[in-house]
Parts: sequence; C-alpha cells; structure tokens
Amino acid sequence: MRTIILKSASSYLLPVLLLFSVFILLRGHYLPGGGFVGGLVASIAFVLDSFSNGLDKTKSVLKIHPGFLMPFGLAIAFLSGISPILFSDLPLMTGIWAEDPIPVIGAIGSALFFDLGVYLVVIGASLTIIFTISESV
Amino acid sequence: MTNDIIILPLVVHLFFSILLMFLWNKINLQKIVSIVGNAVALVVAIWAFVFVYNNGTHVVESGNWPAPFGIVFVGDMLAVTLVLLTAIAGFAVSIFSAISVIKARLRFGYFSVFHFLLLGLNGAFLTGDIFNLYVWFEIIIISSFVLISIGGERNQLEGAVKYFALNFFASMIFLTALGVLYGLVGTLNMADISLKIAEVENTTLVEISAVLFLVGFGIKSAIFPLYFWLPASYHTPPSAVSAIFAGLLTKVGVYALIRVFTLIYAEDSFLTVLLLTMAIMTIFSGGVGAIIQNNIKKVFMYFIICHIGFMIGGLALFTEVAMAGVIFYLIHDIIIKTNLFLMGGLIYRIKTTTNMKKLGGLYANYPKLSLLMAIPLFSLVGIPPLSGYWPKISLILASFNAEEYWLFGALIFGSLITLIVIAKLWAEVFWKDQPKINFPKKFIYFDQLRLGQKFTFVFPVAFLTFVTLYIGFGAEHIQQLSQRIATELMNNEMYINAVLKR
Amino acid sequence: MEIILAIITGVLYASGIYMILRRSMVKLILGIILLGNGVNLLIFLLGRITKGEPPIIDSAKKVLEGVYADPIPQALILTAIVISFGLQAFAIILVKRTYKVLKTDDLDQLNTTDEDS
Repeated sequence: MRTIILKSASSYLLPVLLLFSVFILLRGHYLPGGGFVGGLVASIAFVLDSFSNGLDKTKSVLKIHPGFLMPFGLAIAFLSGISPILFSDLPLMTGIWAEDPIPVIGAIGSALFFDLGVYLVVIGASLTIIFTISESV
Repeated sequence: MTNDIIILPLVVHLFFSILLMFLWNKINLQKIVSIVGNAVALVVAIWAFVFVYNNGTHVVESGNWPAPFGIVFVGDMLAVTLVLLTAIAGFAVSIFSAISVIKARLRFGYFSVFHFLLLGLNGAFLTGDIFNLYVWFEIIIISSFVLISIGGERNQLEGAVKYFALNFFASMIFLTALGVLYGLVGTLNMADISLKIAEVENTTLVEISAVLFLVGFGIKSAIFPLYFWLPASYHTPPSAVSAIFAGLLTKVGVYALIRVFTLIYAEDSFLTVLLLTMAIMTIFSGGVGAIIQNNIKKVFMYFIICHIGFMIGGLALFTEVAMAGVIFYLIHDIIIKTNLFLMGGLIYRIKTTTNMKKLGGLYANYPKLSLLMAIPLFSLVGIPPLSGYWPKISLILASFNAEEYWLFGALIFGSLITLIVIAKLWAEVFWKDQPKINFPKKFIYFDQLRLGQKFTFVFPVAFLTFVTLYIGFGAEHIQQLSQRIATELMNNEMYINAVLKR
Repeated sequence: MEIILAIITGVLYASGIYMILRRSMVKLILGIILLGNGVNLLIFLLGRITKGEPPIIDSAKKVLEGVYADPIPQALILTAIVISFGLQAFAIILVKRTYKVLKTDDLDQLNTTDEDS
C-alpha cells in the first residue's frame, strides 16, 4: 500500500479532508450533511493517513487516543440537549437559536453543538474501532 | 424542572455515564461515582413516581414538537413504576459490582456502560414512540453486549456470540415489524398508531406485523420456543451483570409486549390462542429445565424463563384481574430475579462454586446469611404472605374465571415445580453437609474480607430482600397500584388522550 | 421500480437468513449485514416511493399540498444504518476475539457453556 503516490497525496489530503469534514458538519443545517457524515469523513482522513504512513505515525499526529474524543463529544451533545431545560424551561432538546447568523458559520443554535458532539463521538468511536481491528492483526 | 420530571432519570444516567468516561483510569473513584449516581437516580425515580402517582399521566414532548410529529416521553403509571424498579435494582447492583467485579473488567469502562444500560432501560420504559423504542432497545443491547463480553474469558465469549446473534436477529425482526406497521398507518407515535390501526383495511398485514412484533419481543423476553439463547449465555458474565440482565433485560421485552398488545393490537384477538400456548409451553419448559440443572445459576436462569410464562399467560387472558396480576408479578419478579443472581454471586464468593453437588453446609456456617437468603427463595415459591403469593392468586383466579384450564394447570404446575426445585436447592446448598472438594487457594474468600467489605457484599442482597418483604407485607399498596395500572392499560383511551392532548 | 425493490428485499432477507444459519461465525456476520440492509430497503419500500416531489413547503404556502415524498422512512433508515454500523463493528471485534481465544470459526464448537459445571 505504501506507494509514493499515495504517500505524497495523503500529506495533502489529510488537511483537505479535515477541512471538508468541517464544511460538511456546518452544511448540515438545511442541506445534506451533518455531524455523523462529517465525523466519518474526518476519520477516513486519518485512516487514509495510516494506510500510507503507518498506524504509529497517525497516532503521533493525533497526539491523544481517539477514544478520549468520545466523552468530550458526548458531553457537548449532552449539554446542548439539556440547555433548554436549564436556560428557558423548554422540554429536552428544543432548538435554541441565536438571533443573528454569524458570517461563514451561519445560524448558531443548540443543534449545531449537538452536531459538533456527534462529530467528535463519531471520529472517536470509528477511529477506536478501526485502530483496534488493525492493531490486532 | 417539574415539567421535565419524567425524563430526569434519563438525564441523570447519561450525565453519570459521561462523567465516568472522564474518570476512565480512576477505578476506585468510578465505584463511588457510580453508587452516588445510582442513588441520585433512585431519588429522581421516586420523585417522578410520586409526581405521576399524584398528577396522572405526564407527557414530555421532546424538542417541543407536538405529539404525533415529535418524539414524546410518556410517564404513565406503568412506565414510572418500572423506572422506579430499575432504579432500585440498579442501585443494588452498582454496590454489588463495586465490591465483586474484578479490576481487570472495571478497567474497560464497566460502570460507564452500566449506566448506559440503565439509560436504555429507562428510555425504553418512558418513550411513547415506537421507533424510539427500537433505538432504546439498541442502546440496551449494545451496552449488554459490552457487559457480557467484558473480560473476554472463554465461556463469556461463547455466551456473548450466541447472545449477540439472537438479539441482533430479534432487533431486525422488530425493525421489520416496525416498517410494515409504518407502511400501514404512516405514523410512529404509539397513541396515534392505536387510533389509526382500526381504520386499516388490510387486516392480514396488521396481523403479520403483530406476529413479527411477537417474535421480535418474544426472543428478547425469552418465551418458548425462542428462549434458547438465554440458558446459553446468562450465567457466563460476572454475577452482578447476570443480575441486572436477569432482573431487567427480559422484563423490558415483557414490557414491550404488554405495551404493544394493550395499546396497538388491543382489538385483535387472533393472537390470544398463540400467546396462551406459548405461555403454557414457556412455564412447562422453563420448569422442567430448572429441575434437571445442578448449577444454581442455571436453575435461576430457567426460573426466569418459567416465570416469564406467568406474565405472558396473564397478558393472553387480557382481563383486568389478569393484567393486575401480570403487573404485580412484574414488580415482584424484577426485584426477586436481580436478588437471586446477587445471591448466586454471594454463594460463589463464599464457596468458589455455584454447583449444587459441591455446595453444602451453608446453614451450619452462616445461619444469619442463610435466613436472609431464605426470604427471597420463599418469595419466589410464593409462600404466603411473601411477595410471590399475591400475583399468583390474581393470575390463577383470572385463568379460572376465563375458563382457560390449561393455563390454570400450567400456573399451578409452575408454582409446584418452583417449590420442588427450591426445596431441592435448599436441601443441597444449605442443609446438606459440605462435601469434600478442593478449595482453590488463590481466591479471596468471604471470610477473609474485612468487615466493611463483607457489609458491602451483603447490603445489596439485604436491601432487595427488604424491598421484597415490603412487596409481600405491603401487598395492599402494590395491589392497588397494579390495579390502577391495569385499568390504565385496559382502557387505552386514557393513554391516547394524554399523549394527543384531546 | 417497486417490484424490483421488493424482489431485492426478498433476496437480501433470504440470503441473510441463510448465511446466519451457516456454522461459520464470519458468515454469521455477513448474514447479519445482509439482513440489516434488507430491513432498510423494506422500510424504504413501505414508506411509498415518490419520485421528484421533495417535502418542501413552497414559500407562498403554509402547508404541504398534493403528493410528496415522505421524509420519515429516510430518517428511520439513516438511524438504523448508524445503529447497525456500531453493532457490526462490535460483532467483528467480538468474533475476532472469540476466534483468538477458541481457535475455531465453527459455531458448533461453542458448546462448553452447556456442560454442567
């Protein structure tokens, strides 16, 4: 698998794919996309990197064990889910939206943070699964 | 806050699950946090129970989307009662887990997954949306897969493969049924389905979806002839895990059957004969299975199957008396089955084995403990005035009144066989002299534990026994509660009106 | 279109159940995956297929009118896909672990738990 083409391409593809995953995450308000797909794209970026540079290199790029992303993602999603209860006495998971949209990102609401949480959980979970499988070959 | 009271148990368990993930490497802290979390959940569950008991069915529309469009959480009497029982069982098992599950297992996020399991159970009880019920079922089975395979011993993995295959298959059948049902009525809200299913002209497809639901939930609740995964897997994980599985996982299948067949398919009577036959065969095969087993964990496992038959039989009769019996039996059974497996763990800690042939002399050495264990065992048999006696009266009376003599006979047969097996178990484990076996040296026996540790081992059993005693001696309250739930179930307009705000 | 989908659904169910009934654990996983896809197609099919009519409310109107594609089955399928993704990943790891410990792929060899102990 470690051809020179894949190797040189992957060093460009990793940041591009990560950026693309963030784009998909933010696009998910009204158009196809969202946290789950974005998370999968991001984890594919790392998997591709591990194909060309080896698992250890990818792990050193990641710095932390991907499993640690899961509690953070869950916590963000959880907080965005209960924020209506805490702040405005609305039922669980009601969407709260800021009045004015922010440039580039678009409208900010609790749904965005929920998606961000999903994004992190998906990256964490899928990378943990893939690393576990490929490590124990 | 009172507006969201009934979903607070979910929030509490999710919060503690996430918190425990952050404490991944601090196992001792995890134990304390988990016990505190379950104590909080117990308080919240009591609060929710009292609230619904006083104010009637409470509905929360998640996301503020009105009912048939959004996902609703419905806290009717049945749901909050089961949430309360889940909290009681979860509290006892978390204490037992903290002391009995070894560190090698706890390292892989045992407590976090345990809270996820309880979250899934609470969600399944509370949701009013049938697809959401599927999602909660998946959360339950994913957590249970992790719990059953955590540790990775040979036996456990064997059990886990069987458990996984059959439960996944059951979920797929459930999803198929759901697809068929959605195609017929075009809605997922259970109350709305209940209204719309009467207008469906293609009754054959309605019946097919009912049978698919019966098979899907039947595998999960281990009724004849779909129970074979249960004896192959439930005894393999540690006792604490077996206890929560035994107490709650099969009961969530029973709950789903009760909910679906009282709310959605209440008008249909074509399944009655099928349900009755299945119930009778479940009682019979579970009872016969229990007689021939020598391992006390396996005996208890077959009791789970046998006593599921009692509840399914009551559901098949579909009268108010029978339904009250079913609910009472469900309440009694959750507590008692959890307790039985905790006792199995306690006996294992004392004697390093759960095989009846190698056990003995427990009464001579531990008279107080034996008396404590006698109470749940006798309640299981249904010796008056302990808790198993009261629901059996209702069930037997209802089957006699409905002139279903086969079920009547099966109920008596099931009770009798329970008595025989418990008598045998009592004689073998508690009264018989200890046979000569080689006790392994490298094992921390119950006697070698410090007093505090001993107390932590016995406390969950004592706590659940106390609850059992309350169910037995305070049967008046439980009977009133069961009757109220039965009335709500038999007149499903109350549920529908509460959900759809008509 | 519907008839083709119906046939495919049937084939997926049949082959999935056939694979589950085989003795190999790898085939068990393959069967589970096929069955999962069959269920998803079934839900898609039963949600009534409507082509080219997205469920989007015209800016001049208040409610949807006429025939439109039902978005709920797609949401259901998406959820089901995500769930089966997790379950299948777990299944693969479980089977790998089991193979490592038991040194066999044959489900008939998984019978030590039935023995009296």
